[in-house]
Amino acid sequence: MLRDITLGQYMPGNSLIHRLDPRTKILLTVLYIVMVFCVSSPVWYVIPLAYILLCAKLSGLRVRQLLSSVKPLRFLLILTFALNLFFSSGETTLIQWGFFRISKEGLMTAVHFSMRLIFLVTGTAVLTLTTSPIALCDGIESLLKPLSKIGFPSHELAMMMTIALRFIPTLTEEADKIQKAQMARGADFESGNLIKRAKAMIPLLVPLFVSAFRRAGELAMAMESRCYHGGEGRTRLRVLKFQKIDLWAALVSVAALFLTILCGKWIKL
Amino acid sequence: MENNLLPLELKDVSYSYEPDAAPAVSHVSLTIAPGSFVAVLGHNGCGKSTLAKLMNALFLPTEGQVLVCGMDTATEEKVWNIRRHAGMVFQNPDNQIVANVVREDVAFGLENLGVPQAEMEKRIDAALAAVHMTDFADRAPHLLSGGQKQRVAIAGVLAMEPELLIMDEATAMLDPAGRADVLETVRQLNREKGITVLWITHFMEEAAQADRIVVMDKGSISMDGTPREVFSQVEKVKSLGLDVPPMAEMAMELRQGGLPLSNDILNVGDMLKELKQCLSKSSI
Repeated sequence: MLRDITLGQYMPGNSLIHRLDPRTKILLTVLYIVMVFCVSSPVWYVIPLAYILLCAKLSGLRVRQLLSSVKPLRFLLILTFALNLFFSSGETTLIQWGFFRISKEGLMTAVHFSMRLIFLVTGTAVLTLTTSPIALCDGIESLLKPLSKIGFPSHELAMMMTIALRFIPTLTEEADKIQKAQMARGADFESGNLIKRAKAMIPLLVPLFVSAFRRAGELAMAMESRCYHGGEGRTRLRVLKFQKIDLWAALVSVAALFLTILCGKWIKL
Repeated sequence: MENNLLPLELKDVSYSYEPDAAPAVSHVSLTIAPGSFVAVLGHNGCGKSTLAKLMNALFLPTEGQVLVCGMDTATEEKVWNIRRHAGMVFQNPDNQIVANVVREDVAFGLENLGVPQAEMEKRIDAALAAVHMTDFADRAPHLLSGGQKQRVAIAGVLAMEPELLIMDEATAMLDPAGRADVLETVRQLNREKGITVLWITHFMEEAAQADRIVVMDKGSISMDGTPREVFSQVEKVKSLGLDVPPMAEMAMELRQGGLPLSNDILNVGDMLKELKQCLSKSSI
């Protein structure tokens, strides 16, 4: 059961989007988020929709894969929709049913906000589906590097993320082993209510934590003995390079952003 | 440049974990010749792992001096240079691999040393080839076997071009096949590249393959010599809680039973030769 845990949902591939520099993808994701927030009425979601469909086409991802990223958020989505639908004040009443009143404006807001949420999640899913966690780490480190001048630990942060990624499978395996050992001695992880099951996790978590600390100590020693002394004077095996496709991607994205802003401003629907 | 210098020299070294505690290592003096394969043998808690950590400045001696290629480990500004020269492989293969991909883990030490990227690629390829892991360069380390992980760890050290390779019980957590595999890899590096090896272990069979065995007991050296010299003293080795090669033990028992066997029998081949001699003498 513990084997199912995977971090991120990276789909390996070699498409145009996969080959983009991770920094480009991170920055363009931010740009896309801005774009989604700039949409002024539900109709103009056609622009981010076209953008996403283009990304999906270029990356070889199926729309279904993108939409499945919305699934974990379904409750939040329903809640957002319901709250906006029932509690927005508006003039034109569509339905009046006792205490409940749905106005035209409320319906529009509900649709608008739910669409915004869906688009935000699917758009960022393009990033995580096409970028390996390692590449993401590299990208984040590189983007945060300028901040290290004012004392922000960008290298340390990236190193922590890399080590965390490296140890997820190791610790998962270990948790599995401990769980089996406890089950062999009669521990019950599966029955009872939520609180009871949470309590049953304690004998699993304590040894796991102890071992994680022991591992951390040993790893620190191994890193030191391989001359690790922080980010200073360090060279990298993987060097990120912007290419022509990065420029094209940026141009298309900026154009889409402007189109969204302009449409919202001048064409009122 | 270091060829004339001894890769490792310990001068009357003592180390205690806490000021008042009994020393984990006490008054050890040891000189390792360049290009040799030295085994440090001892049972658990005899101070052999502490000794290993003194050798690349992870611990600093409370008394005495440790010299790596002529550099004193107590000189702070030389620490990184010392660690480059005295590479160390640890016991747990999982806890010394840093990166998610084999070749990136091999690169880790080089990145720390600030080696330029083009040079790095060359050294990684060479190091992986030396431990026969070239085919696994792009794999995820957690999917490798224990022996393969240790070979990756060796490659990581090797890429830094060390003079001395310290194997701190690097085979203790491996299965027999993995152990044989790692030992053979290291012996090959010792033979072909002339890297000095310090093999720390509690397995008698592994120590028997070294040029020289240093036996540790209660923090100090209790025996020192070639495998034949050490294992011929069957009684003494056993009194230290260590195994002796079965043939050496058998030879001792046969000697006690009256057979005139020499006392430097280590393996089946030696035993056969000696027994043949005995038989030809007695048949006369």
